[in-house]
Amino acid sequence: MKRVFYDEIVKVVMEKCIEMNIYMDEKLKILLDKAVEEEDSNLAKEILKDLLLNQEVAKEELIPLCQDTGMIIAFVELGQSVIIEGGSLSDAINEGVEKGYQDGHLRKSVVGCPLRRKNTNSNTPAIIYYDVVEGETLKIILAAKGFGSENMSSVKMLKPSEGVEGVKEFVLETIQKAGGNCCPPIIVGVGIGGSFDKAALLAKKALLRDLMERNKDPYLAELEGELLEAVNQLGIGPQGFGGKTTALALQIETYPTHIAGLPVAVNINCHASRHKDILF
Amino acid sequence: MNIMRISTPLNKDIISGLRAGDKVLISGIIYTARDAAHMRLQELIINNKELPFNLEGEIIYYVGPTPAPPGKIIGSAGPTTSTRMDGIAPLLLEKGLLGMIGKGNRDATVVEAIKKCGGIYFAAIGGAGALISKSIIESEVIAFPELGTEAVRKLKIIDLPVIVAIDNRGVNLYETGPSSYINREKF
Repeated sequence: MKRVFYDEIVKVVMEKCIEMNIYMDEKLKILLDKAVEEEDSNLAKEILKDLLLNQEVAKEELIPLCQDTGMIIAFVELGQSVIIEGGSLSDAINEGVEKGYQDGHLRKSVVGCPLRRKNTNSNTPAIIYYDVVEGETLKIILAAKGFGSENMSSVKMLKPSEGVEGVKEFVLETIQKAGGNCCPPIIVGVGIGGSFDKAALLAKKALLRDLMERNKDPYLAELEGELLEAVNQLGIGPQGFGGKTTALALQIETYPTHIAGLPVAVNINCHASRHKDILF
Repeated sequence: MNIMRISTPLNKDIISGLRAGDKVLISGIIYTARDAAHMRLQELIINNKELPFNLEGEIIYYVGPTPAPPGKIIGSAGPTTSTRMDGIAPLLLEKGLLGMIGKGNRDATVVEAIKKCGGIYFAAIGGAGALISKSIIESEVIAFPELGTEAVRKLKIIDLPVIVAIDNRGVNLYETGPSSYINREKF
């Protein structure tokens, strides 16, 4: 049995919200550096260099990398032998988000009712998914998801006969439509299988994987490589002004599905790709 | 790549000298407005009410900045996706607006309105909000303060870096730029 205290969770969630919005993921910097080398157009190179310069400025000035500091998505893996003391886990996460966005001078981008659109002024509620797992560990994966890229994401129910070619076509079509709107170079999360909702969730989860990690299934790892290359042949390039770097990474997650279906979801993330793992 | 320096307010001469793909450093006064403020401006125009600022020759920047930390003028202030303003932008161009700063392509009605009104659409780098904030030297909320980050702000800027995305002839860098890199035959 392990005890985790409400106040500890609030504190760490708060810190991570601030941290991920100001400091760029080191692996992302490596990918951007590589892209600067690969591009041959001056404009594409300059844009990529500006993104690297931007993260320097954010770090020095302690201001967010991007003004869209996102809506918080939390994937929680709660060990069955963990006890949360002092309040509910959801409340702790939301309190941490609220404090982080307040103290970190982050933008509060959440509206209460999606139709009446009044800002909640706390950047809450977060979107929280729970998985109960064996063991004594509480893991929270936090993502600050910007909506320039979220808006360009899409789900489609393919026919099983459309197969892998249908999946490729849909991924390319979605990214082509997104063009420069989603702040390329992007990270692409592809969810294949499950149900309508599961595919979307898989695509989101795919975005939270380590950027250098390929799918453990060699068949899917190869498909990731092939699709990334195809995406980069679209020519959209940095900010949509043409170039070889439309996506920096493409990650696939799958789940078993029904004999009648082949759900596919494409979730797009901008080059800020902000997420952090918290472990208790 | 040409680098040009311009000052606001805009006029037809300044705009005629700019071509899609040019890098431009803008100085002077610009106004911020994004989704909610655009709906307010549209409502004011439809009801023949006075606007919070005169649109004549001005530039609107589609941005919702992060709050200014203590001692700073503004927080991170990069562009938001422009296409969400496409339904209202032509009306503002008709009323005298000449420039827009945002990110991403515009729909055909906006390109037409740009050509007709002699306007211009600039792209700032999406995701470079920290870098862009360094060009902003004054910021004042002048309308709709209740909209928070979406309020209309008057910004004083020095050398704000942008790229001409759609020029007054309707040449569109979102179309011409990628065309030489497209290679779909392979797949």
